[in-house]
Amino acid sequence: MVKPANNPQNPAAKVAPFKGRRIVIREEYCMGCRVCEVHCITQHSKSRKIIKAYKSEKRGVSGIVFEERGPASLAVQCRHCSEPLCVEACITGAMKRDKETGRVIHDKDKCAGCWMCVMTCPYGVIKPDLAGKKVAFKCDLCVEQGFPACVEHCPNEAIILVDASGTRIRR
Amino acid sequence: MNVKYLIIGNSVAGVNCAEAIRESDGKGTIAMVSDERETNYSRPLIARYLGGRFKRDQLSFREPGFYEENGVKLLTGKKAVKLDTVGRSVRLDDGAMIEYEKLLIATGGTPIIPKISGLRPGIKGVFTFARLADVDAIVAHMERNKTKEAVVVGGGLIGLKATEGLLERGIKVRIVEMAERILPNTFDPAASDLIENRLKAAGCAIYKDNVVKKLVCSGDRVKSVVLKGGQRLPGGLLVLAIGVRPNLELVNGTKIKTDRGISVDRHMLTSVPNVYAAGDCAQGFDFLSLADSVIAIWPVAARQGKIAGHNMAGRAEIYPGLFAMNAVQILDAPTISFGTTNPPPDAGYTVLSRMDPETGVYRKIVLKDNLVAGVILINAIERAGIYGMLIREKVDVSSFKSEMLDDDFGLLALPRQVLKHVVKDEGIEM
Repeated sequence: MVKPANNPQNPAAKVAPFKGRRIVIREEYCMGCRVCEVHCITQHSKSRKIIKAYKSEKRGVSGIVFEERGPASLAVQCRHCSEPLCVEACITGAMKRDKETGRVIHDKDKCAGCWMCVMTCPYGVIKPDLAGKKVAFKCDLCVEQGFPACVEHCPNEAIILVDASGTRIRR
Repeated sequence: MNVKYLIIGNSVAGVNCAEAIRESDGKGTIAMVSDERETNYSRPLIARYLGGRFKRDQLSFREPGFYEENGVKLLTGKKAVKLDTVGRSVRLDDGAMIEYEKLLIATGGTPIIPKISGLRPGIKGVFTFARLADVDAIVAHMERNKTKEAVVVGGGLIGLKATEGLLERGIKVRIVEMAERILPNTFDPAASDLIENRLKAAGCAIYKDNVVKKLVCSGDRVKSVVLKGGQRLPGGLLVLAIGVRPNLELVNGTKIKTDRGISVDRHMLTSVPNVYAAGDCAQGFDFLSLADSVIAIWPVAARQGKIAGHNMAGRAEIYPGLFAMNAVQILDAPTISFGTTNPPPDAGYTVLSRMDPETGVYRKIVLKDNLVAGVILINAIERAGIYGMLIREKVDVSSFKSEMLDDDFGLLALPRQVLKHVVKDEGIEM
């Protein structure tokens, strides 16, 4: 018998390993290359191919907010807060916290683009995606794709993935 | 009927209350009473529904199975008419009695009807804009009368959302606003101007510093209105959107203390034991003014409902107090505002602002003693939440206030100690 966690037919199998996972930003290692943004956009594109995502498809919004101030730089994405203000403020139920995994998930089909989440996010990491149907866009921890693209491609380990106990998870 | 928890009202405060109760008490019986027919819909979405961008089945803010899954007995289309706080019971308009152990009053707000000569019950073509039933009535009226023109009374957020919905249906809209500018309570003159120009470009006519004095009817149907100065505006549809006041019907005549709204403490408890209130009907702690006030916005109702629910279920939780905040997209111009946006002169406020006439980007920060007291952002809302956090966390902005209007203002501008405190355990190492 296939265990649920190993059964690709079971959607829980994809989600279960994500329980308690968090992306940790280590600002002192960020050198501002913005490779994370490129791979976030690619990962969430139709083709998931870097050239196509940038050249032939309508270029998406990255789930990462990049900041630069003098020598300091920071690439930050949704923190998947334990008590998310964006979920509390959402007028459609598009923004939800998954009790199982602790992930804050956003359903763009339900989203009304009212920007209540943009207003309440304390980190300012939910973006209005103004191309096409105006909806909010934010980090989904790449659950559908398996491993966060920003973590995988950060050349300097400024973005890392840890489990609930804080132990580093590598691809 | 006899329940442990009774919730009057089925909008965001009521729903959040039920959810919070279930976090602590999986078994206690919950009943919710609503005088509306719908199972669940999001009130702010009624403008989208009027405009046709959202269909009726897209209006709910919880999944269809929400009530069953949470073991909530939902009674729709029933109005709570009599509250007995001694006998702990509520009578409904169909005569049914519900006894409770803990009660939440989340009856929301009631639209204020201005005094207009000739306005009486039974006049066709005059509507408020607060509930889904209002939109249904407006749409039915427009279809029956092939309405082409409308007058919206009130240039506040509700009036403008109604306007937008009507514009999307191809209706010519005339807005009548009592103040000398639109959005007088939300924005400052510069921001009001910016939005006014957008509305005019979309074909709206705006009559400021003006009120509707008289209805001109043909039989029982409104045909046009007469303004204060005698000017006559055509329109077979009149939308009254001058504001809402707390709905106190159920508590009038009881011992429950009211002021503008139902007075509540930091547990959302009213002056009477076992009776709580939350949302647009409640007057609770205001984080910015430090007084009690009615802040009729979605996030306040959500939080108050949640806090009430926890306390009703025996888990002591304190309401931290929120403040006025609004996110509104008006004719493709995204806007977000917080707190005191138009402070009185000589009251100790400092204002930072920058307007770019080319792009229509406007940012304004209101400071008091180097703390953020108010914010307006138009056409540049991306990092808006950071400003809200600065208010909530009472961050002294003196070291970075010169950067607060910049396009690239963000977390890195904050002093290390502040950022460390703010991000706490949320996974940013500084």
